[in-house]
Amino acid sequence: MRKFLDSIEPHFHKGGKWEKFYALYEAIDTGLFRPSSVTKTTAHVRDGIDLKRMMITVWMCTFPAMFYGMYNVGFQANSGMVEMGMVALDGWRGGFIGLFAGYNPDSFLDCFIHGAAYFLPIYFVTFAVGGFWEVIFASVRGHEVNEGFFVTSVLFALICPPDVPLWMVALGISFGVIIGKEVFGGTGKNFLNPALTGRAFMFFAYPAELSGDTVWTALDGFTGATALSIANTEGLAGLTSTMTWMDAFLGKMQGCIGETSTLAIFIGGAVLLIAKIASVRIVIGVMAGMMATSFLFNMIGSDTNYMFAVPWYWHMVLGGFAFGMIFMATDPVSASMTNIGRLWYGALIGVMVVLIRVVNPAYPEGMMLAILFANLFSPLIDHFVVQGNIKRRLARV
Amino acid sequence: MEHYLSLFVRSIFIENMALAFFLGMCTFIAISKKVEAAIGLGIAVIVVLAITVPLNYLVYSNLLADGALAWAGYPEVDLSFLGLITFIGIIAAAVQIMEMVLDKYMPALYNALGVFLPLITVNCAIMGAVLFMVERDYDMAESTVFAVGSGVGWALAITALAGIREKLKYSDIPHGLQGLGITFITVGLMSLGFMSFGGIDL
Repeated sequence: MRKFLDSIEPHFHKGGKWEKFYALYEAIDTGLFRPSSVTKTTAHVRDGIDLKRMMITVWMCTFPAMFYGMYNVGFQANSGMVEMGMVALDGWRGGFIGLFAGYNPDSFLDCFIHGAAYFLPIYFVTFAVGGFWEVIFASVRGHEVNEGFFVTSVLFALICPPDVPLWMVALGISFGVIIGKEVFGGTGKNFLNPALTGRAFMFFAYPAELSGDTVWTALDGFTGATALSIANTEGLAGLTSTMTWMDAFLGKMQGCIGETSTLAIFIGGAVLLIAKIASVRIVIGVMAGMMATSFLFNMIGSDTNYMFAVPWYWHMVLGGFAFGMIFMATDPVSASMTNIGRLWYGALIGVMVVLIRVVNPAYPEGMMLAILFANLFSPLIDHFVVQGNIKRRLARV
Repeated sequence: MEHYLSLFVRSIFIENMALAFFLGMCTFIAISKKVEAAIGLGIAVIVVLAITVPLNYLVYSNLLADGALAWAGYPEVDLSFLGLITFIGIIAAAVQIMEMVLDKYMPALYNALGVFLPLITVNCAIMGAVLFMVERDYDMAESTVFAVGSGVGWALAITALAGIREKLKYSDIPHGLQGLGITFITVGLMSLGFMSFGGIDL
């Protein structure tokens, strides 16, 4: 393999016949082997980890949430089918499932395969369409294909509802990659999280399918409500009658593919935090902001709005909070860069998410919008932290 | 009290002048390269709004509105067609007077604001706020609160944009989009972020 790659390498350099495809070659080459090039300037850190390895780690850390998500999608759909008395699915998904498994909600394999039949097409479309744009931009603009895209694509696929039409997925990821990232010059130069930009685009462009009012079970004709909208309309009592806190923590509920199981997300999150890829300060900030705000709303109380009474430990396990906190808020590009700034940035997210969930009746879920909103202010937060540091140093001199 | 508070919050976030109505775009985009300048301009807009909107309210409700001249014995006179030109005149005059007062008594602030102060005369966010005041029938207290709120919202938006643009200096933007092009895209994405408030009904 190494020899083959070396032998075809000259074709991709300037003047070679496949010059335009250098980005593609480079991606495959450095993906398989450690790059021989080192930092060219004086500042040099000796470490096995580079951006590529770091991004791959994030990618792998989403696996627990991803696998559980697939199982859960299948489980929810299979249970729904039992309730509705259906025996098998039609269409290509039915054929795919029929090859490997059945429709028994108690069987782990059956559920897993059923979920995979929904998740894999979404992920594949995301990857193919997004990757297409990524490679085009990389080739034309002459930068490298960046593994940031691995992360963007998997995160994007995981925050899609399982029953989303695939053309919408393609449109969303295109918007996210092009407008959210590539027009600014690629990974590291954007100011919004590209996966969230794409998701927000879908959210506002096709609110009927994606706003989270109705349930997202991968099954036509099955109706129900997501946990957050139950909490919104019937209050905490209505919520606890359908599920326990442990159910929500483990993820036995309706929702976007990757966001349901708080436990699975925390497993991946622990790895990220220990490897110091995700900033622990941001996570602390988000938790603190969320807790403080929900305490505040608990204290104020309200007779008409049930969401006021939802305590913080429910906020944590419902909707996309955990997923957003671990994987989205800690995106090193769009978050604040300074240490103090990270705390403030996290706190802003935490406050905003509860605020949107509780006060805004239009959107039951607020994590995505809260993070986007905080992304807008993260450069400003950095600016003030840096100014503060400069002032303190001047006073010391 | 609660009514004014919700009006205040609404004018800052939900009906943000810059990012929901896209008013005051010329200065919004021109003076957002540096955070310090953006803050200065933001403060100037807040002050001018807080002065001119109530002033215009007084003029409108006592002289121009339908039947407003009843106190002078002309209850059937409707001068509201003079609204636009009067508002512009009042805004320009108020800004000029404020400039002179600042120059005389607060030269430090005057120098800090520099050219922004006269620029604000033609800022459509100011005019927009005045017209909203007329259209929504705000009373004196409401229009003051609304003016300060929309000023704060505008200042917040321009400061955030300046922060983002300072960060974007290090970006590798395609040739055709450099400068204004990318700023427009940035503003569009910002208003996507501000959509989180859309639909809140206070």
